[in-house]
Amino acid sequence: MGDESYNFVFKVVLIGESGVGKSNLLSRFTKNEFNHDSRTTIGVEFSTRTVQLDTATIKAQIWDTAGLERYRAITSAYYRGAVGALLVYDITKHLTYESVERWLKELYDHADPHILVMLVGNKSDLETLRTVPTVEAKEFAEKKGILFMETSALDSTNVEAAFQEVLTAIHKKVASREVTRGSISAVTLSSATGTASEVQEERRTCCKNL
Amino acid sequence: MATDNRIHFWRKNAKVPGSIQPVYGAQHPPLDPRIHRTFPKDTPKANNLKSKKASSFHEFARSTNDAWDIDDEEDEDFLAPIHPSSLPPTLHSTHQVHPLPPQQPINTTIEPDTGPGPADRLAPPTAEVRLQHEEATDCGQINGRVVVKSSSEALLNTNTVRSTLQKQQSLPVRPIIPLVARISDQNSSGAPIMTVRDKSRLDKFKYLLSCPNTDLEELRKHSWSGIPREVRPITWRLLSGYLPVNMERRDLVLKRKRDEYFGFIEQYYHSRTDETYKDTYRQIHIDIPRTNPLIPLFQQPAVQEVFERILFIWAIRHPASGYVQGINDLVTPFFVVFLSEFVEEDVENFDVASMPLDTQRNIEADSFWCMTKLLDGIQDNYTFAQPGIQNKVKALEELVSRIDEDIHNYFKRYEVEYLQFAFRWMNNLLMRELPLRCTIRLWDTYQAEQEGFSHFHLYVCAAFLIEWRKEILSMVDFQGLLMLLQNLPTIHWGNEEVGLLLAEAYRLKYMFADAPNHYKR
Repeated sequence: MGDESYNFVFKVVLIGESGVGKSNLLSRFTKNEFNHDSRTTIGVEFSTRTVQLDTATIKAQIWDTAGLERYRAITSAYYRGAVGALLVYDITKHLTYESVERWLKELYDHADPHILVMLVGNKSDLETLRTVPTVEAKEFAEKKGILFMETSALDSTNVEAAFQEVLTAIHKKVASREVTRGSISAVTLSSATGTASEVQEERRTCCKNL
Repeated sequence: MATDNRIHFWRKNAKVPGSIQPVYGAQHPPLDPRIHRTFPKDTPKANNLKSKKASSFHEFARSTNDAWDIDDEEDEDFLAPIHPSSLPPTLHSTHQVHPLPPQQPINTTIEPDTGPGPADRLAPPTAEVRLQHEEATDCGQINGRVVVKSSSEALLNTNTVRSTLQKQQSLPVRPIIPLVARISDQNSSGAPIMTVRDKSRLDKFKYLLSCPNTDLEELRKHSWSGIPREVRPITWRLLSGYLPVNMERRDLVLKRKRDEYFGFIEQYYHSRTDETYKDTYRQIHIDIPRTNPLIPLFQQPAVQEVFERILFIWAIRHPASGYVQGINDLVTPFFVVFLSEFVEEDVENFDVASMPLDTQRNIEADSFWCMTKLLDGIQDNYTFAQPGIQNKVKALEELVSRIDEDIHNYFKRYEVEYLQFAFRWMNNLLMRELPLRCTIRLWDTYQAEQEGFSHFHLYVCAAFLIEWRKEILSMVDFQGLLMLLQNLPTIHWGNEEVGLLLAEAYRLKYMFADAPNHYKR
């Protein structure tokens, strides 16, 4: 399928503490790979995958960010235009879950207010080392009005499902025009024959001056 | 930003590059794009390198020009379903990203993938793979790494591996290229014989180094074009200012500095469990296994502990920045070079613990001090908000807008921000974009230059970017551009390519460095 036609491009960011598995969630979703030998993510890394939803073809543009504090000043620029975010923690490291609130704040500080968020408890294959109860995280997510799923990038449990759910929810939001034109700048709508877009976003010059 | 792309996304264009690519440069060593598996069905056709059966390394290197051509017929050899005999050996780090309690880690002692090309694979007799999930998870081998795939197309080698090396050429095309430079000062073609020119260069260095007071200017001048491997350890120590030029003072100074370092260890290392420092230590601790995951040398506990100590002590002595991801990479070249003084064979597989303890300690202390000196010149890369990097990326953009308008405008057109790819170039000094052997060669020149790591590096980045102009200008959308820029195919690079890059960077610096107006529009 060398020639993809797609209806939408959705930018999704992966955020969360260092070492929770964001990079492998990315590689599992976009390349069906898990790599025990991955290196630390520096700055941002980027991959894409096109998925078929019910009525539309979506090109998911996934951004993987470094988790470390120091980078946040730089990576905050990357939130702009994101329509979805996977906020990842490690179910075996309670500390990574405790940071979730802080990550959410940062997300809402920098990203579109309509951004669709899913809380992802990764490394579900390590059940015996669990320190974050599923129920607790699920309740927290509900309270915050965000989606929730537990995944394992290693054995691929729920990775597909997580991304599919996020992309579907975004699509639903967009299609129902819940979001007014221009407020989600990442999305361009067009017929499959690829004509001019409906949504015009204003160029944000502030992006240039990081 | 990518997200501001508009109608570009909607062009129906047959030349959409495969957006699902193996991640080349982000891995270390960079993946060989010629060996990768087919992708899941619902993804676009993989964009494979044309598998030219180059008859020499040089031919192959040149043939990467068409790396991004699409609609190439797929080479059956490369895309055949994973088959044991044609695969590179399993390579697997014995470390998880999170250190786990002794519960069934993925536990393979496997041969390293020390070479970048298909013929470079070291075949283990077999590998033992014990998975955390004994039943369902299947492992495939991709390019020498264990890749856990959910499909049933699995490959599990279940015999025990011995740690001896066996070089196996699965494809008779490429010479074996180690990640780290070899014994003689050779280029990446693997030519084993030192040329007459090489020999005379080595003699020159030996002469310079034999003088009671080393002429640093002369040494720099000669180091610029590359330092012969044999004399690199001492030359690096001299160029960095660590070793005194006066021969008589050296032993004394070395002893003092080494004692000082181990004094720090005694004084401070225990505090890594303190409230103030435990986060720092934790981050270092989870980053070390992810530093050079494909080189066996760095999986050895002795080596990992060295890295942890060096980085921890450095971090607490530099509170303005503390430890920042990327700094871990900067230890590697020093450690490898200083180690190589004692290693005749491949340093990548050398058992460090077999060396006398004193030697190990000296290497560690010297690495610490030289790394400290390097970082002194670029510390604002790592302080809060990383202003050094922001400025450098901005400077890169300005420079590129001057030297290659086509590229610059192309980026503008597709809304590629320099920060999106060049951040890593600055943060890790191109170490993520080049094989380790190239970094080492690069650092010969950086240390010969004044402010090489901060100033000359900018021109090297510019030259590096322009190197790929053909590939860049053939991309048709934001995705393609960014995937390219984050995965540049340098896997087969050696001294030759780095030499050319440096020459070009020098040319740029010569043209632009004294023209302050070029920063203004």
